[in-house]
Amino acid sequence: MYPELGQIALILALLLAVLLSVVPLAGALTGRDSLQAFARPLASGMFVFTGLAFAILTHAFIVDDFSVAYVANNSNSMLPWFYKFSAVWGGHEGSLLLWILMLTGWTLAVAVFSRKLPSTMVSQVLSVMGMVCVGFFLFIIVTSNPFDRLLPNVPTDGQDLNPLLQDIGLIIHPPMLYMGYVGFSVAFAFALAALINGRLDAAWARWSRPWTTVAWSFLTIGIALGSWWAYYELGWGGWWFWDPVENASLLPWLSGTALMHSLAVTEKRGVFKSWTVLLAIVTFALSLLGTFLVRSGVLTSVHAFASDPERGSFLLMLLGITVVGSLALYAFRAPVVHVRSRYGSLSREIFLLLNNVLLVTATLLVAIGTLYPLVLDYLDMGKLSIGEPFFNTTFSPLAIAAGLLLGTGIFSRWKKTDGGWLGRKLLWPLAVSLVASVAVIKMYGDFKPWAFAGVFTAMWVTVATLWDLWDKSSSRKGRLHGLKRQTRSYWGMVLGHLGVAMVMAGATVVSNYGIERDVRMVPGDSAMVGDYQIVFKEIGDRRGANFTAQYGSFDVLLDGKKVSELHPEKRNYPVGMSVMTEADIDAGLFRDIFVAIGERISDEAWAIRVQYKPLVRWLWLGSLIMAIGGFLAIADKRYRIKARNEAADKARAGNLVTGKPAEASS
Amino acid sequence: MHPIRKKRLTIVLFLVAGLAIAVGLTTYALRQNINLFYDPTEIAAGNAPVDVRIRAGGMVEAGSVVRDTETLKVEFKVTDFSASVPVEYVGILPDLFAEGQGVVAMGRLNNEGVFVADQVLAKHDENYMPPEVADALEKSSKAQNKAADVDKAAETTAY
Repeated sequence: MYPELGQIALILALLLAVLLSVVPLAGALTGRDSLQAFARPLASGMFVFTGLAFAILTHAFIVDDFSVAYVANNSNSMLPWFYKFSAVWGGHEGSLLLWILMLTGWTLAVAVFSRKLPSTMVSQVLSVMGMVCVGFFLFIIVTSNPFDRLLPNVPTDGQDLNPLLQDIGLIIHPPMLYMGYVGFSVAFAFALAALINGRLDAAWARWSRPWTTVAWSFLTIGIALGSWWAYYELGWGGWWFWDPVENASLLPWLSGTALMHSLAVTEKRGVFKSWTVLLAIVTFALSLLGTFLVRSGVLTSVHAFASDPERGSFLLMLLGITVVGSLALYAFRAPVVHVRSRYGSLSREIFLLLNNVLLVTATLLVAIGTLYPLVLDYLDMGKLSIGEPFFNTTFSPLAIAAGLLLGTGIFSRWKKTDGGWLGRKLLWPLAVSLVASVAVIKMYGDFKPWAFAGVFTAMWVTVATLWDLWDKSSSRKGRLHGLKRQTRSYWGMVLGHLGVAMVMAGATVVSNYGIERDVRMVPGDSAMVGDYQIVFKEIGDRRGANFTAQYGSFDVLLDGKKVSELHPEKRNYPVGMSVMTEADIDAGLFRDIFVAIGERISDEAWAIRVQYKPLVRWLWLGSLIMAIGGFLAIADKRYRIKARNEAADKARAGNLVTGKPAEASS
Repeated sequence: MHPIRKKRLTIVLFLVAGLAIAVGLTTYALRQNINLFYDPTEIAAGNAPVDVRIRAGGMVEAGSVVRDTETLKVEFKVTDFSASVPVEYVGILPDLFAEGQGVVAMGRLNNEGVFVADQVLAKHDENYMPPEVADALEKSSKAQNKAADVDKAAETTAY
């Protein structure tokens, strides 16, 4: 009974989405307020019905309703309740429903937080969001209905959730990632609305900036969680594999980062408008591409759910319509470049432009490396794969260039920066970062050119960011007052850039100075990894809620002193007949010690992987700091004050038209 | 030159430079890092290059896994049911590596016709089969008419 209600709720939501994509837009185009007034109620209704469908599916999981095919395939009565809950998005259909729930959630958020925007703009934005919703509602209802029943032969128990996904990382990773992916639809909707009504100005940039930043922050957290999960759950200690699915999430992140920066220029200086709009379209298209890659089964990956050609072609069609439609609109409506404000060839505008060039180049490279094998395969021109070395050799120089540029650009000024002044300004930060990076490299061991380049770049970004903060916060009333005077969006930028530096430092150090050893060990043996001694004490059996495990005990010693005790496991899940390696990690701010049990070699001996991972935590910590920076930036008072000023401006303008003196209104 | 044109020229030059660097890096990196896939039949027939990093895949032949008890060395055979290739690997195998399961290995073919793997991938689901392996099996089964066996194997489902 309930599942059918869920199905009906989805269909109702689809109908509301169709109305939302037509009625308010028609109202905006014909100037009828009565039609535009439908936008907000329709957006709310759509969210309510999708939420209802999601709640019903969750209910089916919690009460073990195995007559629902999706529940039977992804759950089991022995599963702990919190995994039953997260299993809702453990498969294709449910994760798509989660995706749609977030899409309608973002739509509702736009409806709620746009009170101060002109109503035509709101109607158009919500209509565009409605169109995106229609596509995805059709997709789920036509190809991937999560409420399909297995009747009359209801299975007595489910097939269990893949043990890899029975983890805290999976509970939060997909929702965060989807929040990011889907969030870019708002930037997309704003861009399209601006193209439709031809209002591509600083106000538009200011409205879409916070939405873009929030989506970007969520995506950052989502990617970092995925990397962290891979590190301890399936990666045997790897944290980024340049797997097509990871790349699929990195693509919108890269272009989204470019979009954030170019939006800043558009808002502050009113230039790069067409470019910004194009980036907004591209970023959302890349989010869709990511969904297509992950969900269509064209990829060999952990994330490849059921490969159903029908789903693949449906998504490809959706992607095609979005890209062709929005680019056509762009071609007709994008403003012809008329540069009103001038900027010199050495100015903050140019630095941000270069940043965009590098980020877009990086996006292209990752896209080529990801799509090239797929295209060749599709054309039947052979099967090949492009491995990590390709991405490492091409991506690292770009990352370093972007970092060096960032540190320099922080000191630049809008409009025009004096070259000599900039050079003198850079001298000291440069010297400090150089000395500091030499010291860091010395501490870690051998000099390697790439390691030095990476560490120096991270140091340079850090020093330049803090130097600028120091300069800006000087005040006659004291340093504390100066620091307090900085805006939240400035603090957001500082944190964002420090986060990037941390990620760079972590990635460089762990890739260059990490140690990874596979050793054959018998209980009583010990192995060295870096300065640490790992002693294999014993291995025994253990029973968990829905698995049995071989449970190892290891001591970690540094200079003969015990630092910690680790218990990696090899788990056996009887329901799905699957084996899982659970590594154990002694985590620290400056290094991780990682021990995982491999296979049994003989009666006594085991293959054991031991790893020393310096600064690996900085990857995720840095990402978190970046995301916090993003959230801080949107909390800036500016967005609210400016909105109020605008209303005042409008009132003033109205008064001028009617001939009353402007002062009278204020 | 008019300042606006000059500015546009700079922007265009920047873009062209960025693109040129990208293309240069890509072709350089691609040339070194493309790994072609070969199935056991092709390798056994001598169609795969020796000492070039390639991917090979198929099913792990039942009863072929031999483990050295003193080191981490493992030997096994990968088959597509019409030919098989011996594979050598030192290290820890993935959890789902088992006889009768599909695997993809990265490595080089040596002069003795042994595939020396530096990486072995088995995917994270007992039902899952790497598409290359499914294809390779399908190809050899068409030759041998083992369709029933392979149809089951070629169903690539779920996580």
